[in-house]
Amino acid sequence: MNLYQAVRDALSNAMMRDDTAVVFGEDVAFGGVFRCTMGLAEEFGRERVFNTPLSEQGIAGFGIGLASMGHTAIAEIQFADYIFPAFDQIVNEAAKFRYRSGGQFNAGSLTIRCPSMAVGHGGHYHSQSPEGFFLAAAGIKVVIPRSPIQAKGLLLASIRDPNPVIFMEPKILYRSAVEQVPVDDYQLPIGRAETLVSGSDVTLLSWGTPIYHCETAMHMLNSPPETLARHVPESLRSAKVELVDLRTILPWDVDAIVESVTRTGRLVIVHEAGRTGGVGAEISAEVQKRCFLKLDAPVKLVTGWDTPVPLAFEKFYTPDALRVLDALVETLSY
Amino acid sequence: MASLARARTALPRTRKIAPFVRTLQTAADSTQLHQDASHSEPFSVKLHEDSFRGYKTDAPSLDLEVTKDGLLKMYKQMALMRRMEQAADSLYRQKLIRGFCHLTIGQEAISVGMEQALTRQDNIISSYRTHPFAVLRGGTVVSLLGELLGRQCGISKGKGGSMHVFTESFQGGHGIVGAQVPLGAGLAFAAKYQEKPVATYTMYGDGASNQGQVFEAFNMAKLWNLPCVFVCENNKYGMGTSAERSSSNTEYYTRGDKIPGIQANGMDILAVVKAVQHTKDWVVSGNGPILLEFVTYRYGGHSMSDPGTTYRTREEVQRMRSTQDPIRGLQRYLEEWGLASEEELKRFDKDAKAQVDQAVEEAKASPLPEDNELWTDIYNKGSEPSYIRGREREEGHHF
Ligand SMILES: Cc1ncc(C[n+]2csc(CCOP(=O)(O)OP(=O)(O)O)c2C)c(N)n1
Ligand SMILES: [Mg+2]
Repeated sequence: MNLYQAVRDALSNAMMRDDTAVVFGEDVAFGGVFRCTMGLAEEFGRERVFNTPLSEQGIAGFGIGLASMGHTAIAEIQFADYIFPAFDQIVNEAAKFRYRSGGQFNAGSLTIRCPSMAVGHGGHYHSQSPEGFFLAAAGIKVVIPRSPIQAKGLLLASIRDPNPVIFMEPKILYRSAVEQVPVDDYQLPIGRAETLVSGSDVTLLSWGTPIYHCETAMHMLNSPPETLARHVPESLRSAKVELVDLRTILPWDVDAIVESVTRTGRLVIVHEAGRTGGVGAEISAEVQKRCFLKLDAPVKLVTGWDTPVPLAFEKFYTPDALRVLDALVETLSY
Repeated sequence: MASLARARTALPRTRKIAPFVRTLQTAADSTQLHQDASHSEPFSVKLHEDSFRGYKTDAPSLDLEVTKDGLLKMYKQMALMRRMEQAADSLYRQKLIRGFCHLTIGQEAISVGMEQALTRQDNIISSYRTHPFAVLRGGTVVSLLGELLGRQCGISKGKGGSMHVFTESFQGGHGIVGAQVPLGAGLAFAAKYQEKPVATYTMYGDGASNQGQVFEAFNMAKLWNLPCVFVCENNKYGMGTSAERSSSNTEYYTRGDKIPGIQANGMDILAVVKAVQHTKDWVVSGNGPILLEFVTYRYGGHSMSDPGTTYRTREEVQRMRSTQDPIRGLQRYLEEWGLASEEELKRFDKDAKAQVDQAVEEAKASPLPEDNELWTDIYNKGSEPSYIRGREREEGHHF
């Protein structure tokens, strides 16, 4: 299964078990732009899988109301870039509903899915990574999977999590990431990072698409291609890099990251969004505080630039393996 | 929800049109000559009696004055726009255009007819399906195609792409559905404040019409009596969702509450011209805002990644192409009224093709934007932060 099929499979599992679950969004009854809801309307009926008008603020608000009546509301925002019209509903209504009603109401059974991150030629309105904007919205969770297995397990967990969850799917992976995904119903834990490769010299932390660039960079570090060899000191080639997938952006797994950095003494964070006010900034502040005396190098961020995601320069904007390699070399030789 | 939803689906999906309401004529060639067509003087024609419908206002009169030159100009412009869009289509298929690309093929009568009836002082602001406006209102085919190709010669320096095209009298080019509509109210307010006798045409689609901010803009415009014409280009679909499935009221010209509205045949370019003249008069005479719905059709998919045939039948598309094409409609007028021969019109088509072919080559020859363009136009030049951060310290940019 590839990632969009895994998402579809999770939705199908969720709807099978839970009669109150409904899926809605722009064009979802026809399968959606990325085919994530293909065939669901035929399988579960148009009353449970339906198209909404083109109104993101309405979609989010409608979902909150539905969820507050105890239904499982699974909304799709067609692109993460279009979550901004719904921003007020998410930040002021969904996130605060429980708190401001003293626990009488909540939108906990709401999940908002949206395709996120760059595709290489999406530009200003089709390639953004808005996860950082939600960091201050206490009350919601933000989850980003890296692969089909992860997508299915994390999406099912998000749907069943008793808090509203924004589930951002790296859209370039929809077709390109393929794995043997169990067809059974299973969940993966929210709020927990996952160590993909253990190491002792530097922690490399990322989520979504750039995980794959990190993996490539680690190979390059161990056995640099000839053209890069002179930039990679011999002494660093046997360095043990610990690769960690954060998976949940809010609330992020502080303990796991602190534990890892305490062991390695170094941290490189890679994300696609611009740096200022980004998730990397938040994590590094916390890590510098908690690991101050253990750090052998400043926390290093590899991110997009502080510009709009530029159509003409998109490949140049998003962090790639070379940038990550460079950051690893710099951090390891600090 | 399941039972509630079932109740919902039990409601009739398609509204029956009450028997006394006549439906709008959408043929592209139903206008009749009033008097003999003149080769040198303006002459009058009569639009089909069902070209318009009015809501809280009278429909425009059916009489329109035209000139041979005006008609020929519109023919040439429509032919050129269609050629240009076809070229964009093939450049996209060759992967020379990246990003998202929405074509106006089938809807040419609207941009060209509006341009004919307005001046460069009037404002037009619209969505992402707007290539013709950029060319007709100050740009060139080269600058438009150059923008799609992401080249320096592009109308936004190659930094925007298909959805982001602007000229001085065309305020863009907006990719977030519905976002331009309140902007239009702002443009109209500025014109009113400056006491300029101009109209602002604020355009959006049938899908976009359901965005909350559209209604917010309507309210402001009516509250402040702004010279704004809100134009709904109803091409029957918003991506894969038909108007009936997205909108509880598909009579878009009636959705302004206290704002009057006009529905017009968007396939007959002469009806477009008349509707625009009428609404411009309306707003510049201080009557406040008005809604204008053009009933039209897009032949192609929503964007280049949509084949456009999964949510509607091929027959439907074929029928619209063969019976209501705006270019063929104007061609018929020109021929039947003795203003141009088939050969002449064919020659115009050829000229359009040659012009576009040359523009494609010119645009392709233009270089990609310089790297330092990444840093410009983010902040006002001279007042930017002294430094914009890149991924690494060395990658940042100092001004
Ligand atoms: C806020 C927002 N939501 C969703 C989209 C994706 N999208 C782009 S165009 C479109 C359909 C718009 O339909 P309509 O308003 O009828 O205009 P048309 O494309 O038919 O000209 C959608 C859903 C977007 N660009 N912005
Ligand atoms: Mg439409």
